[in-house]
Amino acid sequence: MDITQDIREVLGSNEAFAGKADRLSEDDSLFDMGLDSFGSVQLMLALEERFDVEFPDSLLNRKSFATIRAIREAVSTLICRDAA
Amino acid sequence: MESFSSPTVEVLPDEEPAGGPTFLDRLFDHGLLIRTGVDGLYGRSGAFESVVEALDRLITRLGAADGAEVMRFPPGMSRPAFERSGYLKGFPNLAGTVHSFCGDSAGHAEILACVEAGRDWTGQQEATDVVLTPAACYPLYPVAAARGALPAGGRLFDLQSYCFRREPSLEPTRMQLFRMREYVRMGSPEQVLAFRESWLERGTAMMRDLGLPVAIDAANDPFFGRAGRMLANNQRAQGLKFELNVPVNSVEKPTACLSFNYHQDHFGSTWELRQADGEVAHTACVGFGLERITLALLRHHGLDLAAWPEAVRAALWG
Repeated sequence: MDITQDIREVLGSNEAFAGKADRLSEDDSLFDMGLDSFGSVQLMLALEERFDVEFPDSLLNRKSFATIRAIREAVSTLICRDAA
Repeated sequence: MESFSSPTVEVLPDEEPAGGPTFLDRLFDHGLLIRTGVDGLYGRSGAFESVVEALDRLITRLGAADGAEVMRFPPGMSRPAFERSGYLKGFPNLAGTVHSFCGDSAGHAEILACVEAGRDWTGQQEATDVVLTPAACYPLYPVAAARGALPAGGRLFDLQSYCFRREPSLEPTRMQLFRMREYVRMGSPEQVLAFRESWLERGTAMMRDLGLPVAIDAANDPFFGRAGRMLANNQRAQGLKFELNVPVNSVEKPTACLSFNYHQDHFGSTWELRQADGEVAHTACVGFGLERITLALLRHHGLDLAAWPEAVRAALWG
């Protein structure tokens, strides 16, 4: 599973990143690129559905969804935990 | 900034003994609030209203030099405007919609029969184009946006409205219908943040002059569900909301009597409200819970207004 590519696909379906998700670098600030507070909630819910995980309360914050790298780290932790 | 001042009281005056009358019971017994049979929906006595009105005037005096434009809306707003506002994203559980009978004569007979038989009669009620106002400033944004771009100095509005939130409770401070006074600032981020800062100071001084123990704390709105937990965490982390808390029901869970909110460009984007230079406008507001401040005064100074400290009476009634 290519987590980063999957994240880009999920981002592409978010209103703020339609058509430009593939051009984002791993460390571009998604909030600077137009993600707003409610958009980050929609992103969180879409990621949960895509990866079949549930973000715990401790990860429900802006930092977890600030960049593609941050999202990959959060998702990887949850996938590993579910697999263990 | 988590908390830069703390309440000075360790216990509340007239702490209720276990099993004794609650603060709400005592408010009813003294006739200050009037039962309606619905938790959180109360009548108010003349004495109670005299405090609310004095607070309203006091807030007007404190803000008079700023030259806010006064607007008063009824406690209902346009449903399309309410839908566009985004309120349902965060608070679907608190909203109150107005429904009315839309049937014919046969339907009329049917609802009367249902009422007579004690059955549900609401099946033919349909949503109207009116929603109960959830916060005093919600009807303002579309009106302000319709005027076009803001002038260079931004704008400042003065609002007061009964507001509805569906959260029945036995805490007298959590009413379903209550009055909120607000000042709303629209402009650049610097303009609206300076406004919020000035009201953090003015609001704190006002409450101290009323002899109330206060604390300012970072806060979040009661967003609904799991998505709401993320919105609440974000709101706190960004320092978007502060509340001025006073112990009323308990010292452990003080009551937010004033709130100071920075909406960033949320309403500006939603309503396409622009600054003079074409940038999206930012907004901020200070909200005063008129019943909550009144209840805080009653709790701390007693249920007999004539016996309140002279300085407090002077601040309210001059």
